[in-house]
Amino acid sequence: MAMEGRFPNRTLPYLLVLPSIVIVAVFLILPSLQALYLSLFEVSPFGTRAIFVGLNNFREILTSDDYRFSLRLSVLFAIAVVVLSMSVSLGMAVLANKPLRGIGLYRTFLLWPYALSPAVAGIVWALLFEPSSGLMTYLIRLTTDRSPNWMMDANYALLVIILAAAWKMLGFNIVFFLAGLQSIPGEMIEAAQVDGASPRQTFWRVVFPILSPMTFFLFIMNSLYAFFEVFGLIDVMTQGGPGGGTEVLIYKLYQDGFISIRWGYASAQSIVLFILVSTLTLLQFRYAGRRVFYA
Amino acid sequence: MTVRISTSRVLGRHGLLLLCVAVTCFPVLYALLVSTFDFQQIFIYPPRLIPGTSLLENVRLAWTKVGLGRLLANSFLISISVALGKIVLAILAAFAFTYFRDFPGKNILFVVILITHMLPLPVRIVSTFQLMDNLGWVNTYYALTIPFFASATGTLLFRQFFLTVPQSLSDAARIDGAGPMRFLTRILVPLSYNNLMALFMVEFVYMWNEYLWPLIVTTSNEMRVAQIGIKMLVATDAQAEWNVIMAGVILVMLPPLLILLLFQNHFMRTVTFGQEK
Repeated sequence: MAMEGRFPNRTLPYLLVLPSIVIVAVFLILPSLQALYLSLFEVSPFGTRAIFVGLNNFREILTSDDYRFSLRLSVLFAIAVVVLSMSVSLGMAVLANKPLRGIGLYRTFLLWPYALSPAVAGIVWALLFEPSSGLMTYLIRLTTDRSPNWMMDANYALLVIILAAAWKMLGFNIVFFLAGLQSIPGEMIEAAQVDGASPRQTFWRVVFPILSPMTFFLFIMNSLYAFFEVFGLIDVMTQGGPGGGTEVLIYKLYQDGFISIRWGYASAQSIVLFILVSTLTLLQFRYAGRRVFYA
Repeated sequence: MTVRISTSRVLGRHGLLLLCVAVTCFPVLYALLVSTFDFQQIFIYPPRLIPGTSLLENVRLAWTKVGLGRLLANSFLISISVALGKIVLAILAAFAFTYFRDFPGKNILFVVILITHMLPLPVRIVSTFQLMDNLGWVNTYYALTIPFFASATGTLLFRQFFLTVPQSLSDAARIDGAGPMRFLTRILVPLSYNNLMALFMVEFVYMWNEYLWPLIVTTSNEMRVAQIGIKMLVATDAQAEWNVIMAGVILVMLPPLLILLLFQNHFMRTVTFGQEK
């Protein structure tokens, strides 16, 4: 790199990065190493002392039916949320990308769920599916004659939390898909149309391939959300119930760590989550990191 | 003929977009509707679709029931602190990485900050809680703010932006005898206005909506935050008073929504795509 435009100070740059480094070291790296250490212990029954148990906590993770169920559930939940939310929001973004009077207003109304928290989304959807007089309960009873007690049945409860979680991500996804669509030069689409491509062909053969880095970026962000950010949503909707039927990994970690106070076992679980996160983020850096930026 | 086709097509687009807007808006509009009901009206079947007149009463009830004033104030305090803290630290770090001669360890330090991405709270939650406990930070604003101050996203964002600023600017500043800090505060920060606003919005919304960490590191009602207020509202009664709960929920969702609407344009401009830089 050329030296022009750069200041010659030798110590100042260290002082400038110091605050960030201190925060990362003390509150992120240190506790992560501590988690690794804790995962080798189990707190004694009276909570007075930690007993070294080697890899027992990891063995329990690999063999326990509860954990395997939670892992399968989380994967299923994540796939459903990611596919549902991304496909719906791509469709919406395509519609909102076309020039139209009042399009700015439409866009605002499409992206605003971005500002809602998972807990708010959860409680609002719990109201919609309130078993006696919720609006969705009513509409479904009207059209299908079914009126289950949604949150008391594990399958229905899972369906409702998937809908709520996918709905909450629409705003975020639409913002990014729209930005991606708007970066595509109009001439490219016109050229395809001049060559006789139908709108459908134009979308799948021209637009979608150009969007693919954005789609990949959103796939990673949505997966991270579905695995880690949905705690509040589940806590206000089902609290992992009924009978553990919606206990995804992050909720199980909370239950084992902070309700049952099994710190060693919970730390071992957090290391499994670390493997999951680092795989996803490395994939993102590798394949999308250089193409998508946002605040 | 062509005019008629395009008119119907335009109407079709409006129709489809209205349908999309209905999907993104109707759950919250329904919540708003229910927040105007009195206790009898919530359980009417089929569901009532005309607003009631009890909104203010419900807001008052929600407010007093869980001490919502304090919860909202706490959320404002921590969200603004974290947003500002992240912005300041990110700008300083990004400045160090872009405007100085290469210094030993530069790349390692950069990677250390990027590692933040791989260590979200869930992967270190037990040990970070224990650290708070050891520091005596449980039930303090320190625990709700300081661990969040580092921002890989912010550092990357500002670094990216600083790299696009012409070098002639810092040359000119140096020739005029301005030091680096003066250059940063007088020239770079004002130029970064758009990114600043966008990052403030994103981090405010992020912190306002944070749920798990405040649930764990606070136990006293004075230190709880607005998101936990939702849980507290639900938990207060055997028979769920959905009208009161929703009145509270509307208050909890309003601040980040207003911030989004205010800062929306900066945010949309900052989301860029395909710019290899």
